[in-house]
Amino acid sequence: MDGAAPVQSGPRAFLRRLAHGDEIAHLITLIFAASILLITALLVYQLWLGSAEARHKFGWHFFFTTTWDPVAGDFGALPFIYGTLVTSALALLIAVPLGLGAAIFLAELAPRALSDALAFLIDLLAAVPSVIYGVIGIFIVVPMMRLHIAPFLKAALGFLPLFQGPSYGVGMLTAGIVLAVMVVPFIVSVSREVLLSVPADQREAAMGLGATRWEATWRVVVPFARTGIFGSVFLALARALGETMAVTMVIGNDPKISASLLAPGYSIAAVIANEFSEAIGNLYIHSLVELGLVLFLLTIILNGLARILIIATEQKGSSHA
Amino acid sequence: MNRRFALATLLVSLIAAGTLFAQNPVLINAAGATFPYPIYSKWFDVYHTKYPTIQINYSSVGSGAGISQMLNGTVDFGASDLPMTDEQLGQAKFKILHFPTVIGADVPAYNIPNVTAELNFTQKALAGIYLGTITKWNDPELVNANKGVNLPSSDIIVVHRSDGSGTTFIWTDFLSKVSPDWAGKVGRKSSVNWPVGLGGKGNEGVSGLVKQTPYAIGYVELIYAIQNHMAYGKAQNADGKFVKADLASVTAAAAGAAKAMPDDFRVSITNAPGAASYPISSFTWLLIPAQISDAAKRDAIKGFLKWMLADGQTYNENLSYAQLPKPVIAKEQKAIGLIQ
Repeated sequence: MDGAAPVQSGPRAFLRRLAHGDEIAHLITLIFAASILLITALLVYQLWLGSAEARHKFGWHFFFTTTWDPVAGDFGALPFIYGTLVTSALALLIAVPLGLGAAIFLAELAPRALSDALAFLIDLLAAVPSVIYGVIGIFIVVPMMRLHIAPFLKAALGFLPLFQGPSYGVGMLTAGIVLAVMVVPFIVSVSREVLLSVPADQREAAMGLGATRWEATWRVVVPFARTGIFGSVFLALARALGETMAVTMVIGNDPKISASLLAPGYSIAAVIANEFSEAIGNLYIHSLVELGLVLFLLTIILNGLARILIIATEQKGSSHA
Repeated sequence: MNRRFALATLLVSLIAAGTLFAQNPVLINAAGATFPYPIYSKWFDVYHTKYPTIQINYSSVGSGAGISQMLNGTVDFGASDLPMTDEQLGQAKFKILHFPTVIGADVPAYNIPNVTAELNFTQKALAGIYLGTITKWNDPELVNANKGVNLPSSDIIVVHRSDGSGTTFIWTDFLSKVSPDWAGKVGRKSSVNWPVGLGGKGNEGVSGLVKQTPYAIGYVELIYAIQNHMAYGKAQNADGKFVKADLASVTAAAAGAAKAMPDDFRVSITNAPGAASYPISSFTWLLIPAQISDAAKRDAIKGFLKWMLADGQTYNENLSYAQLPKPVIAKEQKAIGLIQ
């Protein structure tokens, strides 16, 4: 090391160079960080500008009316908001336990070689284009839903309004299942990394106090990694909210609000993708852009709620300990 | 070695660029409808091979996007599956001419287990099914038109397009003409507020849903049905005859409507008169500005239109598009003179 030191150094020159480098690095990274802010601001500005006519015409009613009639020029977002929220919630309901369970196994219990091999496969799954998931949804999940899952749900839980009415195979539950498969890799991949990065002494201390391996994992390691795990869930939620192609292929594309999860629905991203290219007339186009704005708002609100959830559970965790 | 190679490449590309500029290539951009994209790309490709200096780039972004891009001046001409409305033409800053290019049609496809017969659909039946007033396959309206076919008592599962499309415009335009109820409650557009049914994305989405769901009915573009060897039903035309859609019956519909063709070609040929006319057909149009200031572009576009109406039409049938009827071609050839 000593012999390989730079020739024309001297501590002062070195410090100055470092300082200069710091400044440059500081400036460059600042610009990059600011660009994120700028892109977001531009996005909101464009959505706001592009939805002017719809905002003026419908005002707040846009959020609460259920008609979507391009012929009459009457547009309301509620069925799309409902469909987006329900399918994303269903997806998380299925994907979070599944993903977290898999991540815990891979990080804590599986041999390292197996864990790495599976993690590679999971990263591969995350890279599959959504249209592929949509096609698999149409050819496998939809018939399975119509022939097996829906009849079973109706027989077992048919007394709930959630599982009543005819089943066409396509519908909100089908979309939720396909979305769950799509977002699981995000939860597993990120959660596993977070769990693996929990310092070993945390685990060892818990086991030293007499905890079993599972107790150490569930009561020490997982709470320690909580913020990161939540982060993986948000990432999954964001993907589910914005997913277009796979959802439109299996949701049934019917802008109606039904209590039954077996009924067809529609999501914001799907209707924009479906109707934007053929939309003629300013009000129609502006209404579609306002749907984009609504989706943006929805994402912000849900992310905000999620932050509050983190803070809330953090306080609970600390008082508990 | 490397440097010499780079120099040579530079020289060659300079010479190539020089010869290209010497020939004054005309680059024309167009955008619009997706339905005629296969024939348009064939035409533009063949035309470019014939006249290498003229290159027409077409992006199939959809009729709505094509119209707005043309109005904004980002493309030289547009293409649309539905004629522009008076209101849209009034808003445009320049005069726009419509030129019919090919004819398309929609067919009813269905999936009824144990029924292989080619079903007859009356106009009332199609409107009733899509309005949700006819809900069973053994409704008298269907049974009476299909004597000898054992239609089940199952619920009809209605499938329509979820994406905005010219196919939906043709279908809803037809239903609006044959059913006052439909015209009043729903109307015609490339997307509508459907009273009933599931939405499938694209022809493939609709046909996928129909194939997979027993007792389903959906409408798909004729070319898609032909190329995928799908079975489909006959539709009742204005003369009360049940006609199966094919290239001949679709051209017949256009010929039937040609007599009443307005000078601006903005005409709907759904429910066209004539015993052989298939009733759910429509032209698709090129939208061309009446004033093109760039003389080279103007000549190229006019030249292409002339060629499209003559030699171009011979490429149609290979790609399953119906040819334009002769009277329409003659009328369009005159209209080319309006481009200045």
